[in-house]
Amino acid sequence: MRCRTTTGGRVNRAKKIQFTFDGRTYQGLEGDTVASALLSNGVHLLGRSFKYHRPRGILGAGAEEPNALITVIRDEARRTPNLRATQVEIYEGMTVVSQNRWPSLSFDLGAINSFFSPMLPAGFYNKTFMWPRSWWFKVYEPKIRAAAGLGVASTRPDPDRYAQQFAHCEVLVVGAGPAGLAAALTAAQSGARVILCDEQAEMGGSLLSERSAVVDGQPASDWVANAVEKLRANPRVRLLPRTTAFGYFPHNNIGLSERITDHLASPPAHLPRERLWQVRATEVILATGGIERPLIFPGNDRPGVMLASAARTYANRYGVRVGERIAVLAGCDVAFEAAVDLSAAGATIAVIADVRPAGSADGPGYASAKAAGLRILPNATALSVTGKLRVTGVQLGILGTDGVVVSGETVACDAIVTSGGYTPSVHLHSQSRGKLAFDSLLGAFIPAATAERTRSAGFSRGVTGLAAALQDGASVGAAAASATGFHTEVPGFSARALDSNLTGSPGALPQLPGSIPPAKAFVDFQNDVTTRDISLAQREGFESIEHIKRYTTTGMATDQGKTSGLNALGIVAEASNRPIAQVGLTTYRMPYTPVTFGAFAGPARGDQFDPVRRTPSHEWAVARGGVFEDVGNWKRTRYFPVGQEDMHAAVNRECLATRNSVGMFDASTLGKIEVVGKDAAEFLNRFYVNNWSNLGVNRSRYGILCRDDGFVYDDGVIVRLAEDRFHVTTTTGGAARVFNMMEDYLQTEWQDLSVWITSTSEQWSVVAVQGPKARDVLSKLTSDIDLSATALPHMGVTRGHIGGVPAILMRVSFTGELGFEVNVPAEYGADLWEAIYAAGKEFGITPYGTEAMHVLRAEKGYIIVGQDTDGTLTPDDAGVAWAIGKTKRDFIGKRGMDRAALKSASRKQLVGLQTEDPAVVLEEGAQIVLAPNQPIPFQMVGHVTSSYFSANLGRSIAMAAVAGGRAKMGETIYVAMPGGDIPVKVVSTVFYDPQGARLNV
Amino acid sequence: MSKLTRRSPSIEARSWLEPLPTMTRLSFRGGPEAVAAASRGFGLELPSTACRAASKGSRAALWLGPDEHLLLAPETEHESVRQTLLEALGQLPHSLVDIGHRQAAFLVKGTHAEWLLGGGCPLDLDIAAFPVGMCTRTVYMKSEIYLWRKAAEEFHVETWRSFTPYVVNMLADAAHECVA
Repeated sequence: MRCRTTTGGRVNRAKKIQFTFDGRTYQGLEGDTVASALLSNGVHLLGRSFKYHRPRGILGAGAEEPNALITVIRDEARRTPNLRATQVEIYEGMTVVSQNRWPSLSFDLGAINSFFSPMLPAGFYNKTFMWPRSWWFKVYEPKIRAAAGLGVASTRPDPDRYAQQFAHCEVLVVGAGPAGLAAALTAAQSGARVILCDEQAEMGGSLLSERSAVVDGQPASDWVANAVEKLRANPRVRLLPRTTAFGYFPHNNIGLSERITDHLASPPAHLPRERLWQVRATEVILATGGIERPLIFPGNDRPGVMLASAARTYANRYGVRVGERIAVLAGCDVAFEAAVDLSAAGATIAVIADVRPAGSADGPGYASAKAAGLRILPNATALSVTGKLRVTGVQLGILGTDGVVVSGETVACDAIVTSGGYTPSVHLHSQSRGKLAFDSLLGAFIPAATAERTRSAGFSRGVTGLAAALQDGASVGAAAASATGFHTEVPGFSARALDSNLTGSPGALPQLPGSIPPAKAFVDFQNDVTTRDISLAQREGFESIEHIKRYTTTGMATDQGKTSGLNALGIVAEASNRPIAQVGLTTYRMPYTPVTFGAFAGPARGDQFDPVRRTPSHEWAVARGGVFEDVGNWKRTRYFPVGQEDMHAAVNRECLATRNSVGMFDASTLGKIEVVGKDAAEFLNRFYVNNWSNLGVNRSRYGILCRDDGFVYDDGVIVRLAEDRFHVTTTTGGAARVFNMMEDYLQTEWQDLSVWITSTSEQWSVVAVQGPKARDVLSKLTSDIDLSATALPHMGVTRGHIGGVPAILMRVSFTGELGFEVNVPAEYGADLWEAIYAAGKEFGITPYGTEAMHVLRAEKGYIIVGQDTDGTLTPDDAGVAWAIGKTKRDFIGKRGMDRAALKSASRKQLVGLQTEDPAVVLEEGAQIVLAPNQPIPFQMVGHVTSSYFSANLGRSIAMAAVAGGRAKMGETIYVAMPGGDIPVKVVSTVFYDPQGARLNV
Repeated sequence: MSKLTRRSPSIEARSWLEPLPTMTRLSFRGGPEAVAAASRGFGLELPSTACRAASKGSRAALWLGPDEHLLLAPETEHESVRQTLLEALGQLPHSLVDIGHRQAAFLVKGTHAEWLLGGGCPLDLDIAAFPVGMCTRTVYMKSEIYLWRKAAEEFHVETWRSFTPYVVNMLADAAHECVA
């Protein structure tokens, strides 16, 4: 704790906290971040850089930190990499490790990259690893990734819970600095609902780093405490500390990431680790303040070189001296304030080297530095830095009146603090598609036109000075509230602070004439981009800042140019002799700082990732070892293995049993829509390709639905329950989209029809009973339904009672056997399944799954929409043109399918395929060619859509879409496979019982 | 043979969740004349204001669309409700479909009700924006739900039956931090 001041700061000196960094134990105080605690122990070396593995320390004190990325480990599963040490609060027993180094932080073999740095210039990926091309994914890319690294995440499942919350408010205030607090206080007093979020543990922003500022007659920290208390007492206000507004989404939807337990030594079990907020705010106030820019000179990335604002924060807020003998490089008046505060904290100020011409320095900060007797050297520049793991000195240069730099003195120091001026944080404004304008007085971009109902306040829009920021916050807060219908007076604030000018000159410091400095001067610390990289990019012809950004990677990734953006522009502007305003600015991307995957996933993981829909037979099937497959959100039983059966054996048995005796199948997942109204038949006439007018009551028909373009979209059996009432079934996957399409047409195209639709998919449970014994089974379950062929012929429908409950019984078959589908109200479905199973026992009833269902229907050539069709087959292509109502004037798809190209005889048509070798089962999706010996590229004429082994036929069967397929009946074509072409004969799609004799019994 | 038994989705009661018994649910669709007739048949005025529910005794009607209402009544009144509605509607164009088994219902109640629903429903549930008597079709995470505010701290939630476990589990996840 040798670098801790004896008094002052906001840390709790009574509460000591122990933690480890790279295995060594350190002591910090309650209120410390990892950065402030390590600095208080004199530790500056925290990590290695991304590309060159250079030793790196702490540059900033908050979200802007590009260097000090650390991994925090709670246990093997709770290992969070790439956290900014400046944002992580310490807790008792915390384990922190550094990143991107091996074997150790102070001796890192990866630093060899620095020697090869001439080979790693901007764009080196593109230049160095051009060939052989195939090596990119196998060799170069993984190696580069491994060498240029960040931290390593745990590979174990994340044991923490993550919550999500939607919230609404009239006014969302982002940032709880002076402007944000004033805005929130004002908006809240109007009665509007206000959410105030701030990324830090404590609200107050820059006021927390003030030593002497006074607001409304109180010390700044007292005023902050009172303001927060007042907001907390207001039930219409929600305060969210430790909450980062990371993304600005359309229509004022703001993503907030709240860190709830990361700062706790023992997080309570009931609390989620983080919460993702989606806030819909009527008005948004961005009071995000600004970020100080570092100065750019050779060696400016050495541990011990940091921002003046950060050094001041460590001294005033955390009571930590960042060095004992400090050199201050002033590119902005605010550096003088920092020097005075560092001096007050007990550090020696070796020199204040003002990199601006003599006479530039002005204002109260400068005056107080002079008054304190600090040594001020104007016309200075920094030429190099000594010390590798921690600075030991700085070589200054002097800028002559002729603009030429000459060598100056060498100043011994253990820390260098620099200030290049402040940049307003416009990230969120930019994310919201707001425009930016260059403020030449400030030398930075500030928000201009907005695209959303958003307003910036305080320094984030260039307002400088504490009193002005408070007043601006209040005005903007009142205006925002007023825009939502809540009116209030703008309160007045008085404030006293040094209020130094925050202007600086972006760009690099001047160097000795003609010298290309051997040491690197970093612009973007996180991405290891130097001044030379940017110059190189310009020399190679990249002019647009967007191109330079991508070529050099400056301002990319998680840093998003927080400290580097404007400096890069300054360098480009100077080299190309353009004003910064003309160089333009790249777009800031979300997130502002990284957000965990856990927060985005929230509770949507494991079984709760997506709704799991279970059928009525689910529990029964689970109890009998049924194997399931996902069909949309449904879990459907794929097959019911008996004993040690594999799928093949189970499916063969299920198929044989169904054709030889009787099988049962849970068909509840089919979509069902009840179409009611006097125009119901007319509606279906227009909607489906079939004719429905001539369908009798209690009869059913297989329907085909096309899209406008004439391609098959869905299919299903449709039942006429009454003159004005139809029961439509759809495919399982098509249920929602067919319903939506119906509603769409009814609401937009056919308002003349008196008809309504209601989804009944989940009103009915359906068990299909199929096979020669189906009638015998069902007759045991009903006393009021005549199941005879005359009373209930194929495609007939009747209503009565099955198992004592009202049922719709349809005589339909997707197997080609005598078959029935029993519909009962859904909550009877589970018991119906068991009752049918019990009744069928004497006939050896066999439950079958979706796999056997597929085989049985393929034996009959029944298509499955979405498997045998792919959105490019017309009813004629699919062999179901017979379904089209020839006398109908119009229906959806009629004109589409009448287009000449869609009637060409050479279109792909569904046919059956028979392999020469009956044991060979073709692969679904395999390509088909007409002849085995063709010059490459082969001409492909189609593909296999369905392929199975049929136990009933004792051979393989397949369906395929083949160009001009129906004209090729009997011909031999070939299925191209890696092991050689397989000859197949083109046959009818109906492999089993082509006369349909088994249906009509 | 014996009558099939009815098995409803099992919903565990919790301090903030009260499962509701099976009930009569009818999807009623029709124009203004049919709405007027249905109001007579059902014994309560079907709301014509968007997203509002009306209730009387044990019956309720929820406005779901310009021509769509959900009618709720006790399970035992299923046949009588149907009959009186059909008689009142006569030849007026309409659609009346039984969806009693399609959905399950439960109450989310207590001081955390708004917060729990806000965990997965993107609507503004503040009492000023979503007052007592308001109802709507909306979503909870990835599932459609019907939401009807019966009291300041009591919401009637309907889900399709196969989505019920998903919605209840998601709510329970959100409730984790509230009940400790």
